[in-house]
Amino acid sequence: MNPACKLQLKNVSKLFRTARGGTVQALAPVDLDIPAHRFVTIIGPSGCGKSTLFNIISGLTEPSTGEILVDGKTVNGTSGIVGYMLQKDLLLPWRTILDNVILGMEIRGVPKREAKAKALPLLRKYGLGGFEHSYPSQISGGMRQRAALLRTILYDKDIILLDEPFGALDAQTRALMQEWLLDLWDDFQKTILFITHDLEEAIYLSDEVYIMSARPGSIKAHLHIDLERPRKPTIVTSKRFVELKEEALRILSAEALKAYDQEKAG
Amino acid sequence: MSMTEKAVIAERPVAVRKRETAGKSSWIQKEQRPLNGTIVQISRFLVFAAIVALWEIGATLGWINSFFWSKPSDIAATWWIIVQNGSAWSDTLFTFRSTIAGFVIGTLAGAVIGLTFWWSRLYAQTIEPFVIMFEAMPKLALAPIIVLIFGIGLASKVAMAVAITIVITILTTYNGMKSVDKDLVRMIYTLGATRWQVFSKVVVPWTIPSIISALRINIGLALTGAIVGEYIGSQHGLGRLIFYAGQTYEISLIWAGILNLSILSMVLYLAITWVEKKLLKGFMH
Repeated sequence: MNPACKLQLKNVSKLFRTARGGTVQALAPVDLDIPAHRFVTIIGPSGCGKSTLFNIISGLTEPSTGEILVDGKTVNGTSGIVGYMLQKDLLLPWRTILDNVILGMEIRGVPKREAKAKALPLLRKYGLGGFEHSYPSQISGGMRQRAALLRTILYDKDIILLDEPFGALDAQTRALMQEWLLDLWDDFQKTILFITHDLEEAIYLSDEVYIMSARPGSIKAHLHIDLERPRKPTIVTSKRFVELKEEALRILSAEALKAYDQEKAG
Repeated sequence: MSMTEKAVIAERPVAVRKRETAGKSSWIQKEQRPLNGTIVQISRFLVFAAIVALWEIGATLGWINSFFWSKPSDIAATWWIIVQNGSAWSDTLFTFRSTIAGFVIGTLAGAVIGLTFWWSRLYAQTIEPFVIMFEAMPKLALAPIIVLIFGIGLASKVAMAVAITIVITILTTYNGMKSVDKDLVRMIYTLGATRWQVFSKVVVPWTIPSIISALRINIGLALTGAIVGEYIGSQHGLGRLIFYAGQTYEISLIWAGILNLSILSMVLYLAITWVEKKLLKGFMH
């Protein structure tokens, strides 16, 4: 085993039983090696099993075959090993932002006062200063999403899964959030696994982009993004960026077509 | 008569508030000017005064059989007597105590039982039809048995109030709990929560507003239970006062007891509405 590998998937697949007693293959066997501190994005047509993959890695679902290894140890079906953030912010409406952000630490048994002391400077640093004692319904969608992300970061796991975290935000907020995420990633040295539908977002943020095939999902292609960091937002117009985007688009559109045909047939 | 008036006037603020909020949300008032509050109050008072006056005059002139209907002046006089000799207070206090005890026990126990349903689907689905069966049963019919079991003291009234509030609270709690956002549960599991932590940090807080919404219904139900318990067998309470007055044909005393009961019911309702508002405000944002 490669010691630098933070997260490994070996032959991981998922079969779902349908109500009629049949089975549907949601995920074809997937192998992935993800080194520590990388920003890795998974992109693919809708319904390709990206979210199933994340549910398996986070331990919410057991895989039908295969193994998930974190730091070389099998963690199949164990939740709480990785940080996981969904598209919805899922803040608890009856808790203040501060109390929401410390939820992960609270569950781990960190004393509340200590957890708050740790969270407060971060809230201020990442643009939530002055809103610590607000409730989720009192702040904007972008701020809620930031709070949810901080909660995930403060849960303090080396690996963080982000399932379309900015999917519901408007374009401007989304651009800001991307910058902000890169800052966080840089500051906390996490390994990030990111799902998105947005190819530009994928290339802009990532070190590696994996393209998944239509259902049953499997890794179709791998793009190494060799753009230098730190990246400026204007990088999207550079020659290399456009080349990478073209290559990805070619693969993606073929898969999207296949997914469309499947949907028509099925 | 003046006392009767005061008691009914006390009800007005609630009625006014309700009407106003209903007006704001459900009508688009285009060319209607808002009504002057004082005029509304005066016209309500006039309606009330007219009813009381008609009753009094009708009973005096023999249009209404005053043997069954009594008349406002007699009722007020009787009410004044029981207020002065203290029996109004002690009976009201007795009914108040059993109502509150039954309300608190029934609501708390119902909420706790409802919440236990989260722990096992097999358990919840096995028990649910029995709870619904018990809810469908008219629980007032249990009164004779409950009085036999618990005696004619406070305990049987409390038991009646509990029987009548507990089931509806279980069902309200269970339904509120079933609506818990599955994604919130998933989220807290990914933070490594144990089942107990999922329960205490997501499921219980999620369900609390449903439980709070049961309070206002429960206070009325608890009072009904306590009164029926007193009808069947008791030495104290407003229910016993009314029942006793009925058996001895003291019609004014029946009405005086009902008047007292209405005041108690209104005070309880207003108090619970206030508590409910405070609780929800502290909870929902």
